[in-house]
Amino acid sequence: MRDLDLAEECTQDAYLRALETWARDGVPDRPGAWLTATARRRALDVLRREQVLRRKLPLLVEDDVPPEPPPDDGTAALPDDLLRLVFTCCHPALSQEAQVALTLRLVCGLTTAEAAAACLVSAEAMTARITRAKHKLGASGAPYRVPRAEERSERLEAVLIVAHLVVTVGHTAPSGGSLLRADLLARGLHLARSLAQLLPDEPEVTGLLALCLLHAGRRDARTDDAGLPVLLSEQDESRWDAPVLDEGRAGAARALAAAPTGRFALQAALAAAHLRRPEPDWEHVVHLYARLLAVWDSPAVALNAAAALGLARGPAAGLVALDRLSGDPVLQRSHYLPAARAELLVRAGYPAAAERAYADALALVGNDAERRHLERRQAAARSAPGDPARSAPD
Amino acid sequence: MAQYLFLLYGDEARDAAMTHEQWAALLDQHDAFSKAIVDKGGSIVSGGALQPSSTATSVRGASPAGEGGLLTDGPFLTVKEQLGGYYHVEVPNLDVALELARLCPSPTGGVELRPVLDVGR
Repeated sequence: MRDLDLAEECTQDAYLRALETWARDGVPDRPGAWLTATARRRALDVLRREQVLRRKLPLLVEDDVPPEPPPDDGTAALPDDLLRLVFTCCHPALSQEAQVALTLRLVCGLTTAEAAAACLVSAEAMTARITRAKHKLGASGAPYRVPRAEERSERLEAVLIVAHLVVTVGHTAPSGGSLLRADLLARGLHLARSLAQLLPDEPEVTGLLALCLLHAGRRDARTDDAGLPVLLSEQDESRWDAPVLDEGRAGAARALAAAPTGRFALQAALAAAHLRRPEPDWEHVVHLYARLLAVWDSPAVALNAAAALGLARGPAAGLVALDRLSGDPVLQRSHYLPAARAELLVRAGYPAAAERAYADALALVGNDAERRHLERRQAAARSAPGDPARSAPD
Repeated sequence: MAQYLFLLYGDEARDAAMTHEQWAALLDQHDAFSKAIVDKGGSIVSGGALQPSSTATSVRGASPAGEGGLLTDGPFLTVKEQLGGYYHVEVPNLDVALELARLCPSPTGGVELRPVLDVGR
């Protein structure tokens, strides 16, 4: 177990350095263009560290096929030991929760606390989950390799879920001083691109990549100069990366055309729909959320669907939908539910109730930038129009 | 190579209600399973079908010297699905073992796959 932790740190460090160039310069078109000479040297470093991982984990059964060395011409993709590691971490012998936990920690370099927040569980639960998963993999003889073609689509869903989580955490850090974790966003994007190369005809992989691009393309517009989050509706479009967003929209359309339509295609379609200017078509957004909830019954999705309902049909409708979610144990640990409630209460003209809801949200928020944002909104609610003595609807 | 125990669990009432034909078909499936193990690069260390759990005797709390303890007439755990058979198998890795576990015939229940701990010193 000690050896795995050591190898883990080596791997994380190498990946971080290998990806920083890519994160800074944006998303390139061709895989071959990804790597500058520097990054390629660092990627070779990663390979060497991979050997450390194998040496120090004798219980992880070696695959017969030795890893291909990266070709010298620089046109091939990054040798995807990342994929090998991810597929192993997402082994079917592990529960889905364990797969996600292990990948976030071993592949993506999240701390245990960050992984816990991303999965909406406590840090103690996450620690236990990771420890058990590592031990299970080592003790059960799981082979360290990318699954063969005939096994791959079965193994894919877990990997897509994990890659998506990485991007989500990259989009909004659960705790800490800065809203953006560019390195995590870059990792998520890299993972999605690698999968798209390996499985170009898999619509859910196309959907995942499109979703990642639609997030990445707005990275520079997401915070203002003070580091505070900027609402999507108020973002400066000139800071959007148009070619990246175009690629994302195209990918979303392609993925959505597949039947049955999966959750990543629908999430990408939602991301694209939210970018429409001057105003998203909120009824269309509500419709997409309904389709998404039908294939993915998630409390976070239900929360966003309720917020969209508030925008499409008025705050009262949104508040009713939010109230239906108030008993959800997962949402109770998150500041998003009271924050969404507060926003709708302001729009509905209940400033006192809104202020209390912001206070509830502030008690739960972990990210400093989001905290400052909520405090600003709370102050604005205090001076908002509406009768302070008016109590909120039941 | 790694070693695993395939523990075959089943609903004994349903197993007991099997016809001769069903039993013969099940034995054929076990033959096919044994062949599959070899086809996938593995080997059988041992295996066997067990008498029903009603024939079991369980012992708890005997001393290391073999004294005392509580004898119970019946299996260790009183659960719906009981252990009915086992295979001790050596195969290249967990993925092969999982493929085989899916092929392992246990129609009234299922199979638990347990890696064998190497306690060699």
